[in-house]
Amino acid sequence: MSEVKFSKEHEWITVEGEVATIGITKHATELLGDIVFAELPEKGSNVNKDATAGVVESTKAASDVYTPISGEVVDTNQSIVDDPSKINSDPEGDGWFFKLKIKDPAEMNTLMNRDEYYKFAKENAS
Amino acid sequence: MKKTPLYNLHQKYKAKFVQFAGYEMPIQYETGIVKEHITTRNASGIFDVSHMGQLFLKGGDELTNDLQKIFPIDLAKISINQSKYSFLMKENGGIYDDLIITKLKDGYMIILNAACKETDLNILKKKIGEKYQINLSDNLSLIAIQGPKAKDVLEKIVPGVIKLKFMNGSQFKYNDLDIYITRSGYTGEDGFEISINNKIVESFVEKLIENGSSMIGLGARDTLRLEAGLCLYGHDLDENTSPIEANLKWAISKSRINDEFPGSEFIKKQYNEGVSKLRVGIKPDTKVIARESVKIFDGKNNEIGKVTSGTFGPSVNGPIAMGYINNDFSKTNTKIFLEVRGKKVPASICKMPFYKKNYVKGGEDNVRS
Repeated sequence: MSEVKFSKEHEWITVEGEVATIGITKHATELLGDIVFAELPEKGSNVNKDATAGVVESTKAASDVYTPISGEVVDTNQSIVDDPSKINSDPEGDGWFFKLKIKDPAEMNTLMNRDEYYKFAKENAS
Repeated sequence: MKKTPLYNLHQKYKAKFVQFAGYEMPIQYETGIVKEHITTRNASGIFDVSHMGQLFLKGGDELTNDLQKIFPIDLAKISINQSKYSFLMKENGGIYDDLIITKLKDGYMIILNAACKETDLNILKKKIGEKYQINLSDNLSLIAIQGPKAKDVLEKIVPGVIKLKFMNGSQFKYNDLDIYITRSGYTGEDGFEISINNKIVESFVEKLIENGSSMIGLGARDTLRLEAGLCLYGHDLDENTSPIEANLKWAISKSRINDEFPGSEFIKKQYNEGVSKLRVGIKPDTKVIARESVKIFDGKNNEIGKVTSGTFGPSVNGPIAMGYINNDFSKTNTKIFLEVRGKKVPASICKMPFYKKNYVKGGEDNVRS
């Protein structure tokens, strides 16, 4: 599996072959607080880089989940719909959101590595 | 940005702060909103509500008479140390603020919403300020302790509080200083509100924590009050909604309905003839949360109302909301649709509170409404 990459919208992404797995970062879950609702994109749908591909809601507010790259949704994690607290407890593992068949691997180059992301997150901390 | 005297204590317990009504207030502590909510339902929780206004009016029977012209309740009938929920009314029948008024030996104490307190003070000063001493306290903090274990925790520190009846208060001592405690709250749980000098509030709260209670932020306060079906001013109540529309008819004294008070003509008409819109409880059929401003539709796509508060209820374990709806659709179990992110989500009108306690002791433990 490839190195984890990160977006400015606080998503993480890993790539295996031509399929990418996407979720939200630990930092994002800490900003959101207790997550109580998750909405996922439809399997088979096509999503474009930086477009809305899901929703998470905490007790406080709703936030969009964006896709860091373009592709076709090939799988979604229904278990986080049934138990959204999984996103808080294991954001970069069991709390994944969806898998994409990658459209353009070059889009991966626009994303940050872990150090860059945490530097970015720290600088943009609210 | 203003801070309450408990600011340092909030920091010590790792609060996340938000701006609320001009104050920096804790939205949650380290454990988070859901755990704080459950802690309050199962044990007890401490809330800093010092940003709320504590207004004191000095006077006797004449003050009672003058206040009857302002508030739509029968103050002559309540006894000393008894509290009542009421409203500061606008002439159009709308609400400037919802409040708790307590009769004291030498006057009245009124607890006001933080965002409204200065306006309320000015309104009251304009109405009766020449005749009576009116003072919005700045040396008192206000703490709430709520939950089934609240009475046991507080009794250890202030012996005798356990005897207080719901919506009744009394003077007690802590560190030789007077504190005033009422059995009340805004969570749907048994509990107390404690008016206490700023100088001793921190040590008092630490004592409550030592005895097993814990700090709860505004986030859980909101989920708790919403599960209990209680209104939040500025969201579920405002200058353009009347108490009758808000389904708070019970808070207006029957004996006062033919009297004059601000908005009385309007209220009397609604009281007798009914309303065109009504505040109702709403339960989405799915897990989708409908928040404030979500539009409500009937099955034929006609807009019939709006959500004023909505969240995930940790004790209900699902989404809950309240809002105003065309009265034709206000009956329990009526099917409606909520427009969330462009999609129509099915929901039903339901009874409030969303969460009701099974009280062990009848008379002693009661909740408002």
